[in-house]
Amino acid sequence: MTTFTPTTPSEVLSTVQWATAEESPLETVGHGSKRGIGRPQQSEHTLDLSKLTGVTLYEPAELVLSAKAGTPLSEIEKLLAENGQQLAFEPMDYGPLLGGTPGRGTIGGVLAANLSGPRRLKAGAARDHILGINAVAGRGEAFKSGGRVVKNVTGYDLSKLMANSWGTLAVFTDVTFKVLPAAETEVTLAVRGLLDDAAAAAMALALGSSAEVSSAAHLPERIAARVAGRALGADAATLLRVEGFGPSVAYRIAALKTLLKNAGPLQEISGEASHALWRDIRDCAPFADGSEKPVWRVSMAPSQAHQMVLTLRMQIGVSAFYDWQGGLVWLRMEEGDPEAGLLRGLIRKHGGGHATLVRAAPAYRAAVPVFEPQAPHLAALSARLKAEFDPKAILNPGRIAQS
Amino acid sequence: MSGLAMPKPDDATMRRRAEIVADMRIIVPGEGVVDATNEMRAFESDGLTAYRQLPLVVVLPETVAQVSRVLKYCNDRNIRVVPRGSGTSLSGGALPLEDAVLLVMSRFNRVLAIDYPDRVVVAQPGVTNLGITTAVEQEGFYYAPDPSSQIACSIGGNVAENSGGVHCLKYGLTANNVLGIEMVLMNGEVVRLGGNHLDSEGYDLLGVMTGSEGLLGVVTEVTVRILKKPETARALLIGFPTSEQGGQCVADIIGAGIIPGGMEMMDRPAIHAAEDFVHAGYPLDVEALLIVELDGPGVEVDHLIGLVEAIAYRNGSTTCRISQSEQERLSFWAGRKAAFPAVGRISPDYYCMDGTIPRKELPRVLAGMRELSEKYGLGVANVFHAGDGNLHPLILYDANVPGELDKAESFGADILRLCVKVGGVLTGEHGVGVEKRDLMPEMFNQIDLDQQMRVKCAFDPNHLLNPGKVFPQLRRCAELGRMHVHRGQVAFPDVPRF
Repeated sequence: MTTFTPTTPSEVLSTVQWATAEESPLETVGHGSKRGIGRPQQSEHTLDLSKLTGVTLYEPAELVLSAKAGTPLSEIEKLLAENGQQLAFEPMDYGPLLGGTPGRGTIGGVLAANLSGPRRLKAGAARDHILGINAVAGRGEAFKSGGRVVKNVTGYDLSKLMANSWGTLAVFTDVTFKVLPAAETEVTLAVRGLLDDAAAAAMALALGSSAEVSSAAHLPERIAARVAGRALGADAATLLRVEGFGPSVAYRIAALKTLLKNAGPLQEISGEASHALWRDIRDCAPFADGSEKPVWRVSMAPSQAHQMVLTLRMQIGVSAFYDWQGGLVWLRMEEGDPEAGLLRGLIRKHGGGHATLVRAAPAYRAAVPVFEPQAPHLAALSARLKAEFDPKAILNPGRIAQS
Repeated sequence: MSGLAMPKPDDATMRRRAEIVADMRIIVPGEGVVDATNEMRAFESDGLTAYRQLPLVVVLPETVAQVSRVLKYCNDRNIRVVPRGSGTSLSGGALPLEDAVLLVMSRFNRVLAIDYPDRVVVAQPGVTNLGITTAVEQEGFYYAPDPSSQIACSIGGNVAENSGGVHCLKYGLTANNVLGIEMVLMNGEVVRLGGNHLDSEGYDLLGVMTGSEGLLGVVTEVTVRILKKPETARALLIGFPTSEQGGQCVADIIGAGIIPGGMEMMDRPAIHAAEDFVHAGYPLDVEALLIVELDGPGVEVDHLIGLVEAIAYRNGSTTCRISQSEQERLSFWAGRKAAFPAVGRISPDYYCMDGTIPRKELPRVLAGMRELSEKYGLGVANVFHAGDGNLHPLILYDANVPGELDKAESFGADILRLCVKVGGVLTGEHGVGVEKRDLMPEMFNQIDLDQQMRVKCAFDPNHLLNPGKVFPQLRRCAELGRMHVHRGQVAFPDVPRF
């Protein structure tokens, strides 16, 4: 059991080449903040990237930032904030949900897990903002893909292929992201007291307007009390975030108020209170209870999700709340069993999507497919890709698929 | 064809042409198989008209089952296939091969579903880009990526090329607006990626399919996100005495936290050609002309116009007009949108390039282009998606003058080398195709290219789908798959410790 802690890309290359030659699996980690996600691993050795750090290029006027893969996300976000910029995809922090320390995680991990947040709805996920990577493939070859410019169709977009690969194809050494100006003003409009179906309708109405809503979440009764230090109270809250320049935000909030005047009682939340709200929704704070009760992250069509949850509730005890206009469902299974088969069957019945078991006791994660199983042809294609990049299966073997 | 080597036609396939055509007629009955030379002429070229080649046979399937059967048939018999949408590729992505079936997807022309609450449209791949907007505009929605060929280009082709357009600075490329596809692999297997939900459950194959130029699979259905049309749009038309000032203005607008809906720049030759052609009222005494379009609620647009106007003034603009009506806004765009045909009027032929550079390198690249222009003795006009650094130099030449096409291509290659040298890339939105294929080593070393080819090997191990495009040199997948590191031969006999 050895932990490799490279400080340069060439040391990463040496380590992977050695592991490939020895056919000795490596578990790749940054800060280990998402180590609890995926099938539990029993790799012989650990490749710790937390010392491969440093922002190597940041040009605010060019909207571009490059960093070594192990650079703390918090350091990058601080640097961007000092320049009035941000990662617009708002990467979530799994720390609180998984019982870890908040504020940890590396920029490489952001890409490997394709993180995003409430703004995913409008601005996309890590996959939509990655411009280029340097990486070492599992077969022990250092390569680059992409570049530092937004408009680029030169060759296959391997950066996107690596997004959500959970370290199973290649080890990133450098990543380059598009960065964007942070919004000058943020205001959230809350519609209170709606049931899930009415909330879905209200969110669809708002997103179908020209108010440019950047995030839309629904916290059912009681769940609402578990965000932003109980600032919302316990009544259900359907939240619409509007961002931009002051006069525009004021105008669009007014337009939303007119649009939703019959939907329910309205409430405006601005400034730090609004930030705190969306940060807690982003990080799944309502279920950050220190327990190991199974938590699912489900992506499906917004108009279908609440119906799926309703059907599920008739059979088992679950708590649920919604982000992404309802298309992202966070589920906590109150009876302790993940009920993977039941949940995934219902998702298929409601138009399809995917469910990831982001929190569960190790025994469940070993027994239940943590990531959504793929249809046979697609699973075979994914397996062929894995074999091309990592023929000796040394990178995080078994984390995604049983192998 | 100027020195472009395509894969050698396979003699066995050529000899079996009659049999293949007959079999295709069984798979795709009716009018779906075209084998007469005069009828195949319509398909011998795409938007890169310098290259022409008749295919083995043209097949126009109508169903996914037919696509699957055609591909499986060809895969089993080692027959090459070139997929084609509307044939508007500017990089020769749909250039036929003499021994390949040309699989034309234009009969897949129906919008299958419109879902306003979830804001998605499901369309067959032959629906045009504009056709999607047309299907939803009565409800005030549109599809954001708007390549200039949007009247003709197909949404399936947009996926293959990861098409952009004027508005992608603010609204993203095809890759950011497609939620799902159905596709057929070369072995005939039908695979669905994504759907009407966000993100992938596994590897982001949708991300890698987008922009894969028809080498990985044939798209048979596309799900896209639609957006509500902005309430208003207004534009500024700003002239600068130097391109440096124009470039700095662009940087300052973005530095102020403003992401315009569109931000386009033209250089003096392009301004003059456009003005002569459409009389848009462009100033003729400037070196750089910037069109900045702001969209959104009226109050936001008015607010930002004030900010942009002040930034332009600080950067030494000599003219700055602000559109006061929709008609005036469109007149600002008229010249830019007509830039290509306008250049076509002042030169018998032109060759459109497509590099991307870090914005700050614009003055250096423009200066380099002027030097190259003198060296080659050919004129060049520039239009520039200024917001995202995507350059479209138009090289002026006359194909009837012997050697000028070769000269224009060498000039173009030198421009792209310059783009790479300053930190940019070979192609921003037109694709590699055959056009930039042999320049790939300017940007990637062999190991980089090998990783890309390994993706190809996972999808199409026999290199039967659209061969001769993108990769400068085809390597057999078996050879690529070999591990060159063996136990005992490695340079690290002991556990490395850092």
